[in-house]
Amino acid sequence: MIEPDKLKEWKSFAAEIRKKLLEAIASKGVGHVGGSLSIADTLAVLYGGVMNIDPQNPNWEDRDYIVISKGHSGPAMYAALALKGYFPMEMLKTLNRNGTMLPSHTDRKKTPGVDMTTGSLGQGISLAAGLAFADKLNGKNRYTYAIVGDGELDEGQVWEAALFIAHRKLNNLILLIDANGKQLDGTTREICCLGEIEKKFEAFGFHAIRVADGNDVEQVADAIGQAKSEQKKPSAVVLHTVKGAGVSHYEAMANCHSCGVSAQELEDACRELDSLRAADNREGR
Amino acid sequence: MQDQAETKKKENIMREAFAEGLMEAMKRNRDVVYLEADLAGALGTGNVFKRYPEQSFNVGIMEANMMGVAAGMSVNGKIPFIHSFGAFASRRIADQLYLSGCYNGANVKVMGSDPGVAAETNGGTHMPLEDMGVLRSFPGLTILDIADTNLMLSAVGKMAETYGMFYVRFPRKGVINYYEEGTKFEFGKGMILREGTDISIIACGLEVQEALKAAGELERKGVSVQVVDMFTVKPIDRDLVIECAEKTGAVVTAENHNRIGGLGSAVAEVLVESCPVPMQRIGSPDVFGEVGDRNFLMKKFGITAGDIVEAALKMVSRKV
Repeated sequence: MIEPDKLKEWKSFAAEIRKKLLEAIASKGVGHVGGSLSIADTLAVLYGGVMNIDPQNPNWEDRDYIVISKGHSGPAMYAALALKGYFPMEMLKTLNRNGTMLPSHTDRKKTPGVDMTTGSLGQGISLAAGLAFADKLNGKNRYTYAIVGDGELDEGQVWEAALFIAHRKLNNLILLIDANGKQLDGTTREICCLGEIEKKFEAFGFHAIRVADGNDVEQVADAIGQAKSEQKKPSAVVLHTVKGAGVSHYEAMANCHSCGVSAQELEDACRELDSLRAADNREGR
Repeated sequence: MQDQAETKKKENIMREAFAEGLMEAMKRNRDVVYLEADLAGALGTGNVFKRYPEQSFNVGIMEANMMGVAAGMSVNGKIPFIHSFGAFASRRIADQLYLSGCYNGANVKVMGSDPGVAAETNGGTHMPLEDMGVLRSFPGLTILDIADTNLMLSAVGKMAETYGMFYVRFPRKGVINYYEEGTKFEFGKGMILREGTDISIIACGLEVQEALKAAGELERKGVSVQVVDMFTVKPIDRDLVIECAEKTGAVVTAENHNRIGGLGSAVAEVLVESCPVPMQRIGSPDVFGEVGDRNFLMKKFGITAGDIVEAALKMVSRKV
């Protein structure tokens, strides 16, 4: 049972992540909007207390690791990091600017709080497996969270890694699949149908956990809790999300993978996010 | 029988040197680990698995994942050596080596066995004549070409102690050493194996022995030859290349690799910018590999001592 105050806090945090990532993208004019918005709630839960981290000491040796294998969702991670105080909020506006520390795809050598460099799809999951495997060998207790896109599941390397993770029983690795159902050129169903993602991971030896609404912080947190209680197998949390989640303009777009964010669109989005929060607060949600 | 056993032992000295160097490194530092993509039998590293079971892992036939896992482990403090046949340790996983490895600032030692003609009966599919060409433009990657057991032993130990990405091409067997035991090496520094004044032969890997043979033959023809083992192909030892060109006024490079993209290209890049002298590259002529024994393939690709001699005489005659 998660405290109502915690849920409220996570919802607010998710809304703030959305606003900040859209602000960052708007300052450049264009960016990876859809997949950043779809994982905002998951990041709110992770950075909102589920992950063991110290924003004042990004390289704290006992911290939990996080790998955004779908590296193009960097803007969402940067927003969460800035809100947690890893770096000044103003830095968000340098997103994808010349010489920035916040590149389009997450880069551990550039950004405080980024544990792994990703961007070529399918590679982050292996990297996360390496982090978790080394911890197993060292007998170190910590979690590695890897956020993988559903479009990314097209990559063969994901399934090599899945075999490896299951064989090595890396239950200290929690896969979070952002199943927003869309990839760059269309829906995952049209382009190369993934079938039932949960069944595939189960067949590979994972404890698969379906999250019917992956944009609901409570369901996300519950699923991560279940994953943590799994002692024998690695877990794959399949988050059924909406690409562009939280902002009706992007949710309705056929393709918001990478798109423009104008000043007006930003203003509208922020207003929408604020009014939703206000409504939630009135209803005590 | 005993002779046969002795020959077999000598045949396998390279892979034994790798295993020995690796086990020494593992003993010194428990964070040194070995990841194998199901070729331990081929590389003869069964003993490593037996003696260091907690540091050795066969990940299965998944080179891309192996590279990624190794890079992840290295970010978490481990020092992984990974192995596959050269073709699969380079071109097959080029993006993983580039991004999860080099770009990510990881610390993985990628061992690619049986470069070029060393692949012999595994044939063209397994015969990397392009690995250095593929990898040489990866920033931060050190590329070694090794065909001597003393150099191998030393390099494995040093790599374990040097943070960064390495790619090592080496034949599993059939080498004749060109270094004494205990020779000191430094990454990025070529080794002068023979001093001479008329021409320099800069070689690497299996071609070092050919270069030495060629130098002997040239000496008999009255040509004084300097022979350099440029075992670090990247970063190339610029100073030594220039020194050779200034001293001898002509250069021949020799490599068990496509003429395009490997040692010859690296030396040419230095010379054309800093000290242009007559130069010829000995290497395979931009063709695919094929099944064959080593001598057949070396003749076919034009990388024998005789080919080096011919090129050297031509370059000497071109000197002003």
